[in-house]
Amino acid sequence: MVYAGLGIAAVLCAILAIRATRLLSAALWLAGVSALVSILLYELGARQVAVIELSVGAGLVTVLFVFAISIAGDDALGERTALPRWLAAGAVGALVILLVGMALPVDDATVEAAGGSVQAALWDQRALDVLIQIVLIFTGVLCLLGLLAETRPLAFAPPAARSIARQDALPAGHEQVEPVREPALEEVR
Amino acid sequence: MSTLEIMLVSAFALVGAGLYGLLITRNLIKVVIALQIMVKGALVALVAAGQASDQLALGQSLAMTVIVADTVVAVIGLAFAVQVKRVRGTLDLRALAELRG
Repeated sequence: MVYAGLGIAAVLCAILAIRATRLLSAALWLAGVSALVSILLYELGARQVAVIELSVGAGLVTVLFVFAISIAGDDALGERTALPRWLAAGAVGALVILLVGMALPVDDATVEAAGGSVQAALWDQRALDVLIQIVLIFTGVLCLLGLLAETRPLAFAPPAARSIARQDALPAGHEQVEPVREPALEEVR
Repeated sequence: MSTLEIMLVSAFALVGAGLYGLLITRNLIKVVIALQIMVKGALVALVAAGQASDQLALGQSLAMTVIVADTVVAVIGLAFAVQVKRVRGTLDLRALAELRG
């Protein structure tokens, strides 16, 4: 009963996040989904994942969303949608019915218990996953730095652009000296 | 219904809600929100399957990988949305499309 209540509440929060017109409201409903999912995971016995989901999903990601919305603005885009609502609802309904029909009823037969803790499973069985996670984190940080960096003139930019950039970089009161212009061929003649 | 079946139905409903949002939304930040909701559904399904097969530790380790990948996707998507807003002045996916046909 507890599981059903938590699952229904999480789905309701997800629907409200999708239907919210303001982005900030949608981000807060998403935080609610994360919190309810983490409670669900805790009740299932997945304590470590529940704590990580609560701190990362409901905490860090929500802060990132609020930060991005404060920069990009909370502009509503009106009622027009990318696809007609009836078409999207029909496609999603068909997909969910197919998934439920394929997965249910679940066979109660269980495989042999693997045993061990999360640490053992993570470091012994899924060591490659840990390596990929580390690479993913570094990739994310590098992409974030590259995307949010201020635009600078490139090293291979044309000379005119570089001289403009140097002129901008000079402190106030320091005029740049004009380069000596070589006489053109017609002037020499 | 058993606990696993309730969990699976909740996971499918979350995936469905996220997919519906992906199909109808035109806002770049809302696309990231819809993706996050879909990943929550996958997370619940992974842990429920791990518990049902008595391999909860394996399910949890897979769920941790999913959380890390999901967070990186959210970070990159939001940074991309901020830059698009700075350069193009809008978050509307229709207005961002260069090719029309």
